[in-house]
Amino acid sequence: MDLLQVDKLHKRFGGLQAVSDVSFGVRSGQIKAVIGPNGAGKTTLFNLISGALPSSSGRVLFKGQEIQGKKPHQVAQLGIARTYQNIKMFSGMTALENVMVGRHLQSRSGFVSSMFNLPGTRGEERLIREKSMELLGLLEIADVAHVSATSLAFGQQRAVEFARALAMEPEILLLDEPAAGLNMYETAEVGRLISRIRDLGITVLLVEHDMSLVMDISDEIVVLSFGQKIAENLPAAIQQDPEVIKIYLGEE
Amino acid sequence: MTTELFIQYCFAGLTYGSIYAIVAIGFNIIYNTTGIINFAQGEFVMLGGMISISLLPFMPMPLAIASAVVLTMVIGALIEIVFIRWLKDPSVLRMIIITIGISILTREAASHVWGENIRALPYFIGNEITAISILGARISPQVLVVIGVCGLMVATLGVFFKTTSVGRQMRACSANRTAAVLCGINTRNMVTFSFILSAGIGALAGCIMSPITYSQYDIGTGLAIKGFTVAIIGGLGNAGSAVIAGLLLGLIEAFSVSVVPLAFQDAIAIAILLIILFVRPHGLFGSSEAAGLKEF
Repeated sequence: MDLLQVDKLHKRFGGLQAVSDVSFGVRSGQIKAVIGPNGAGKTTLFNLISGALPSSSGRVLFKGQEIQGKKPHQVAQLGIARTYQNIKMFSGMTALENVMVGRHLQSRSGFVSSMFNLPGTRGEERLIREKSMELLGLLEIADVAHVSATSLAFGQQRAVEFARALAMEPEILLLDEPAAGLNMYETAEVGRLISRIRDLGITVLLVEHDMSLVMDISDEIVVLSFGQKIAENLPAAIQQDPEVIKIYLGEE
Repeated sequence: MTTELFIQYCFAGLTYGSIYAIVAIGFNIIYNTTGIINFAQGEFVMLGGMISISLLPFMPMPLAIASAVVLTMVIGALIEIVFIRWLKDPSVLRMIIITIGISILTREAASHVWGENIRALPYFIGNEITAISILGARISPQVLVVIGVCGLMVATLGVFFKTTSVGRQMRACSANRTAAVLCGINTRNMVTFSFILSAGIGALAGCIMSPITYSQYDIGTGLAIKGFTVAIIGGLGNAGSAVIAGLLLGLIEAFSVSVVPLAFQDAIAIAILLIILFVRPHGLFGSSEAAGLKEF
């Protein structure tokens, strides 16, 4: 069974059919990419899966359970983490604190004990801190743990975002254009990090414009155009697909 | 001015200043999670004082104060749940008008329950005439209680926001709401929680100041104006500078007595508020870029 399944999903904005009858599955442990020209409905698709937008019709199944209609924070709590195209850091917090916020779902102590800083929560606080440090290390940014997150370089902020998402211990990570705004070197770095995240056993679904990155790291690719799925295949096959070549390069 | 008088004014200024700072921090906590100014903040202070005075005949003072704080927190939670929580994408202006309405409602309800009598909690240590001598000036121990408890509250809040999971989640909500949701945080609960927290610190301030300043059903409005002034001087949303701004305003008011008649004390606070709003709307300590990003 697929970990995440999108089933006949529709989204209409007034007269515009942004996502039209899109179905595909994401197997556990794979990196799957969604590509397509601007306005193909890729980000809308992500918003439908993560609960940021309600779908017009269709289903989204996570581990066989329907999740459409759930609120974004509930979707996140189920184990679906996501990032946005624009980096969203908590300003006024260090990189480490940013990651620690992601860890709060794993914290068992309630409001009251946390407010009074009881001994049990202090131990837990230490665990949260250690685990968050470990994640920063995994993403090779442990050296900037105590630097204000918003003053970091773009690529580093992206890594902090990954660490924060991983802190939630998600089963699947949705990445919306993780290489947006990064230079070639940083893009390659992000590609390496995404592969490393997959090696941790976390499934990745990403939307990306950078073709070299997509072809490099994806196990499978879905192509969208004008809200419809026009292809789903292995990267090598997608590169040869005449339909895909047509929408990217225009007709001959 | 003699040294004794100077010290006397200083302590008076610090006492009122720390109360203003607590009210301003209450404003800031709610502002940070919702982007609104809760003009009912002063009512929390009033409720804390009045409830504790009413409970005092039935229980020892520490218990009466604790119960008053808890009850006010419950009221704070109810206010948020009944009036704010269910609103879908409300405009800032609409929410502010709602809080003004809540403030009037609470005040009227209080005048029916407690009447217009002026009441007060007894002094925590000694009585009205107990005084300790500091550098020749005679200071009521209650003044030290107020300054001490307010200082402790500020320190505790600092630790809470810095080192606890809930505190971090609240900061996360105010820094970037979308990202907070991505982290699985229920931002609506955080808003409720910010009302509970603001109500709690306001109520505690209301109890400890009661012996000196007295409690009455309508003290909330005046305190809200002073607290708002302080929050603006410090820069909205900035709890640390609210403390400095609060003490500053308290001291200015205290020393102004030696220059202008007592009746002008409130006019001074409002004059400062107007000057700041005209000249430096982002506050003395806030940055203008940060203020530009805010809705209000």
